[in-house]
Amino acid sequence: MSGTASGADGRDRTPVPDADVCVVGAGPAGALVADRLAADHEVVVLDAGPRFNPGDRLDRQERAVRPAYDRPDVWEMGGPRDAHSASGERFYPLNHARVKGVGGSTLHWQGMVMRLHEADFSSGTKRGVGPNWPLDYADLRPYYAEAERAFGVSGADDNPFGPPREEPFPNPAFPPSHSDSLFAEACEELGIATHSVPNARNSEPYDGRGECVGYGTCQPVCPSGAKYDATVHVEDTERKGATVIDRARVTELAHGPDRIEAAVYVAPDGTEHRQRADAFVLAAGGVEIPRLLLLSASDHYPDGLANSSDAVGRYFTDHLFAGVGGVLEEPTRQNHVGFVTTESHQFYDEADETVAPFKLEFLNYAGPSPVELAMTGDDWGDELLGRLRESYGGHVAVGALVEQLPREDSYVGLDDGRTDDLGNPVPDVHWTVGDRALRTIERANEIQRDILAELGAEVNWTAGPGSTGPAYHHMGTTRMGEDPTESVVDPTLCTHDLENCWIASSSVFPTGGAVNPTLTIAALALLAADAVDEALVRSL
Amino acid sequence: MELSRRDAIAALGAVGAGAGAAYAVRELNDSPPGESSPDVETLIAAAEVVYPDEVTGLEGFVEAYARRRAAGGDDHARGVRAAIETMDDRAEAWYDAAFADLATEDRDSLLREMGVDTAAEAPDGSTAEQVRYYVVNDLLMALYASPTGGELVGIGNPRGHPGGTDSYRRGPRS
Ligand SMILES: Cc1cc2nc3c(=O)[nH]c(=O)nc-3n(C[C@H](O)[C@H](O)[C@H](O)COP(=O)(O)OP(=O)(O)OC[C@H]3O[C@@H](n4cnc5c(N)ncnc54)[C@H](O)[C@@H]3O)c2cc1C
Ligand code: SF4
Repeated sequence: MSGTASGADGRDRTPVPDADVCVVGAGPAGALVADRLAADHEVVVLDAGPRFNPGDRLDRQERAVRPAYDRPDVWEMGGPRDAHSASGERFYPLNHARVKGVGGSTLHWQGMVMRLHEADFSSGTKRGVGPNWPLDYADLRPYYAEAERAFGVSGADDNPFGPPREEPFPNPAFPPSHSDSLFAEACEELGIATHSVPNARNSEPYDGRGECVGYGTCQPVCPSGAKYDATVHVEDTERKGATVIDRARVTELAHGPDRIEAAVYVAPDGTEHRQRADAFVLAAGGVEIPRLLLLSASDHYPDGLANSSDAVGRYFTDHLFAGVGGVLEEPTRQNHVGFVTTESHQFYDEADETVAPFKLEFLNYAGPSPVELAMTGDDWGDELLGRLRESYGGHVAVGALVEQLPREDSYVGLDDGRTDDLGNPVPDVHWTVGDRALRTIERANEIQRDILAELGAEVNWTAGPGSTGPAYHHMGTTRMGEDPTESVVDPTLCTHDLENCWIASSSVFPTGGAVNPTLTIAALALLAADAVDEALVRSL
Repeated sequence: MELSRRDAIAALGAVGAGAGAAYAVRELNDSPPGESSPDVETLIAAAEVVYPDEVTGLEGFVEAYARRRAAGGDDHARGVRAAIETMDDRAEAWYDAAFADLATEDRDSLLREMGVDTAAEAPDGSTAEQVRYYVVNDLLMALYASPTGGELVGIGNPRGHPGGTDSYRRGPRS
């Protein structure tokens, strides 16, 4: 079969002979694993989605701004390939929460990147709830530093509540915005310390990419490439000799009792291929990884591959958004850029059994963006301009990210009643949120209201316990632990059941903390790559 | 407030321009302002309705913008031309003149009678929805994603415009 093209576009999508490592997924996790291994090993990366043309980014930006398009349209999510169910207590909008394609969800992401706090690694011991991680901050610290260099993080060591760090950030922090300075004053009055935000976007030219030019559409697309996305490391790894096959949908992991033998994938023309390799790294994100394991059930693993623990798919968590917004009587100059430049982690480590960790974010994009508002409504001409002037102006908002504890009844399963276009059961996200998180949202709202009151703002919206939503971080569904009866992967991210299968994803997080996950995903991906390298060298 | 060719270039930089915005911007810089094609006349006539009175210099702006958005062989440009044709057909049928030859109030009325004011934009939608998408909202996006359009509202660096990383830091009076 080798040598024949398998796609209408004429690209060769046949398996790579003699591959050492097969990585499933070309988001940041897969790209970083592949990049680290490509110089010394034959690496192949399979991704379900396409290679997007970088020249199309302005067209995608237009989709981001125009009312005719929904968010998933920007990166072509939401067709029969991406069908899903959400039969939990709360609806989960899965296709708003991920991108399939080379670069993965970082094509759409916001790019806030922090390290977990030290106590996040031992929630059970320090906060009295949830499991401890089998790793601690010190184990990850060198990998965090490397991940920051990989992303070109712009930041400053000014967060008095953050974990200790030794090295400076690769790029200087983005300075505070005008509205940040208003918030800083109000927070000072209230005794709340504010600080900068580490951003995976270039404040200065870095790694061959230019500095941020202020398009302001970071989420869902940065046309300039100043925001990091995983295409950066996909290109690097290809330069080192790895093969990246796009539109290769892995549908099953063929296996014996102890090893994966091949990743079975379907090319766009419907041809099925088998990619063999010595080692496999699953990096398809926190929903598709458990789905793939469940789809790969066999006589030996009747409940799903690598699932002797029965933990595959369980303990699905996301971060919850809490927010309060309002209006000031003075201009706050919002929507110039699409990222956040001030936060407060002041309340993070007050977490205990009853209150979760959370961080506050001071938004730079509160209220409507005039250009988007201009395209909706029944008016034009002077009337429209009047409406735009009235609605733009004094908006302010404080958001928060809140930890959710893992629970058995919050899980990703298969919906046997519904299949995708290849005939495979779709993922069903049963999302359930517990009382500790809901209580914490209320607590965050109280602080947010205090800050807005101090500012003199009139509050006009609240995202509280009843109206909270997910932050699109898919954690917990193949949790890491020492005990094979309770966890799916060990602290080297190798599955307990299979000796040649590693998982690089937030799916291995035992608990989520309250920071955005991707820097930790990257650090773990680098750790997993080292473990794979060691195993390959050992077996040579 | 005066719109400039720089605004048009900025607006083109802010949106997809079919064959690629970088190319379009280059072409715009290289080509002298020439005779307006009939399509451009119609777009200018529509802009006179949907842009606020404060905006001046709209001919050069719309012309420069439309050369790329309406003149190419891509789907978007074809959509703009088809929408313009529909507007002209309706103008001929209901007002006995081409859209661009109508008085501004009549143009306004015609668009409203077509239902364009209450239509939500949709590239594959009804006639009104397509006119809203390809003509009215295309023009509004061009204006309000440009520095001058942003300034009108009070935002120096509107979403979609690469206006750098200084303006977000400045206070309203600095
Ligand atoms: C709107 C939004 C904003 C975000 N903002 C932030 C933020 O500010 N900070 C932060 O830290 N995180 C943020 N995130 C989350 C961040 O994007 C993810 O944590 C990160 O991309 C996960 O990386 P990953 O490589 O594990 O998975 P992904 O990036 O999701 O990549 C997985 C890849 O696997 C491929 N794949 C899936 N199934 C298969 C299969 N069966 N076969 C082959 N390939 C497959 C997919 O096509 C995809 O390309 C945001 C996410 C969204 C959606
Ligand atoms: S503001 Fe966002 S979208 Fe714009 S250049 Fe900077 S990073 Fe990219």
